[in-house]
Amino acid sequence: MKLIRTLMVAATALAATAFVAPTFAADDPGPAAYAKALNGKRVMLVPLAMGFDLAQGWAHYLKKEVEAWGGTFETRDPNWVVDAGAQAITDAISSDTRPDVLIIHAPDLNSYSKLMKKAQAAGTYVILVDNPANFPADAFVGSDWDRLGQLEAEAAIKGCGENSSKKIGLVQGDQANSSSLYQYAGIMKVLDKHPDFKVVAKPDSNWDATTSRNVTTTMLQQNPDICSIIDFWDGDATGASAAIRDAKLDGKVFLVTTGGGEKAADCDKLNDGTYGAVVMTDLARQSGDMNAIIKFLLQSGQPAGTSHTYIYTLEKATTKADLKPDSCWDLKALQAEAAAK
Amino acid sequence: MNAIGRPSLRSLNQEGIVFAIAVVLFVAAAVGLPGFIDPNNLVAIVRSVSVLGILALGMAVVIIGRGIDLSAVAIMAMSVAWYLQLLNTGTPDGLAFAYVLAGVLAIGLLNGFLVAYADVPAIFVTLATGSFVFGYVRSQLITQDAVPVPQDHWVELLGGLRFLDIPIEVFVFAGLAFLFFLFLRYTKWGRYIYFAGDNPVAARNIGIPVRPMLVLRYVLSAFVALIAGLLTAASLHSINTRVVNSTLLYDIVLVAVIGGIGLSGGRGGVRNVLVGAALIGILLNAMTIIDIPLLYQNLIKAAILLGAIIVDGIINPRDEQTAQQGDI
Repeated sequence: MKLIRTLMVAATALAATAFVAPTFAADDPGPAAYAKALNGKRVMLVPLAMGFDLAQGWAHYLKKEVEAWGGTFETRDPNWVVDAGAQAITDAISSDTRPDVLIIHAPDLNSYSKLMKKAQAAGTYVILVDNPANFPADAFVGSDWDRLGQLEAEAAIKGCGENSSKKIGLVQGDQANSSSLYQYAGIMKVLDKHPDFKVVAKPDSNWDATTSRNVTTTMLQQNPDICSIIDFWDGDATGASAAIRDAKLDGKVFLVTTGGGEKAADCDKLNDGTYGAVVMTDLARQSGDMNAIIKFLLQSGQPAGTSHTYIYTLEKATTKADLKPDSCWDLKALQAEAAAK
Repeated sequence: MNAIGRPSLRSLNQEGIVFAIAVVLFVAAAVGLPGFIDPNNLVAIVRSVSVLGILALGMAVVIIGRGIDLSAVAIMAMSVAWYLQLLNTGTPDGLAFAYVLAGVLAIGLLNGFLVAYADVPAIFVTLATGSFVFGYVRSQLITQDAVPVPQDHWVELLGGLRFLDIPIEVFVFAGLAFLFFLFLRYTKWGRYIYFAGDNPVAARNIGIPVRPMLVLRYVLSAFVALIAGLLTAASLHSINTRVVNSTLLYDIVLVAVIGGIGLSGGRGGVRNVLVGAALIGILLNAMTIIDIPLLYQNLIKAAILLGAIIVDGIINPRDEQTAQQGDI
């Protein structure tokens, strides 16, 4: 009898626990805290311009997440004009609907430093994306440009091969943008370790395709035996590739560049042999990093400007040989998805 | 045009000075820089300034008629971007091209009408229409800064065209330069442009159709811009509308003005454009061969231009006779 009673008590206790357990789950404090911290918060993206693949990709992934947790997502389009970007940031800080998180794509090392400081003083978290700046932002999400340059140089050396002329040409961006300066530093680090490889020319394209074509034409004219060219951005590398095509050196000059991993801009051109290698940014993952740090900052309760985190995106030099169906993201598909809504 | 009826000292005008600088630079580069004198490099020089030169031809005609067209680069980039966008979204080629031609014509007419009949200064009209064209096309008609040329389209094939190993742009530039020369020198309306530019009121008083001719010039400039845009897209297999924010517009005015086409109108011709383009082409090519960084390139370019203008100012000082109302 005693045993049976004990068993029954145990069974009842068990049943009770089983019964109570779901109630515990409903009391998980996570979702409520999450919703309380995030609901109604404003996130604003100020890229260099909204008209190019990276910005459109970021905006797509950020909007999806921010709206899913009940926040408001906005973008501003300075259209490559630094002043317009500064104006957009100023307006955003002083408006009634001041964003809680400001994501800034800095045009150079210094232009927006004061404004970002102001934003933090007003209580807005500042996240720098893609381009570093001389400012301790709450977080930097983007490429380690030095490392990216190293990857480009390694790809160029590999593309040239041991039995080549070992002459490399660079088409830099400009002498002000951090992505260009750090990329150059990274390339030179690798080439210092390979003293047999020489940089024969390093003109600037000013990020313009026609300029890139003209300087590359001259470069190839002077050094027809160049085995690889590194152009600092896929936005103007179309110019370098046109010069190579015009000089009838397709297949002889290994063109390396870097970009946002968009299908038409990068993968299609790897596939048709225009580019030899592209150091691509995994845009979905980079946007995911931004989403994570936004959620962290908004829940942290810390004042803006407290911590400084660097989240570098994993970069990889992709060639035609290791091209996979998911190597790139498709801007057209994202636009179609947005249009279907 | 410039030298006629002037004292011999005056024959060394700005065009002459710039031409002399260009020759000196050319000789110096040919002697000092290996590979500069190579025929392929000379072709590359001409090619690098072909699109710039074509745009400068259109600008020259407008400036000679005492106007300015600041919408040229916007029309060049946006018309072609819209054309390619239409093609990429499946519009039949003929229809797409007809749309774009109509659009270019409309902007040229609008520019001309506002300047000629509404009497708004050209600098404001074209600044506004340029911004409008860029803003409207960029926001309403295309989705990306850069629009690619569809595979195997005639624009792409055009870019690969060569005669005697010389790219097609060079021939188009030469052909257009010759046509503009014939137009300005030998047609009645061409000659009238000088009269209208030199003294619009007097030109009107003697019965020259000043206003319709003004409209024609802006339409001409718009079409030249379309041709320049098509050639750019042909070579790069895409058009990037970011070029609207670049210094290209100033370079166009520069090529026309350093060649000796006065902004006050009534002076200059195709030869001045060719001289200006030659100087810029030689300068940029030589500096790229020497591998001078972009910042210094701009500095050197600016210093040479400033020098040419100062020397011109000393040799041909402005006075009541040469200065005109409406100088910019």
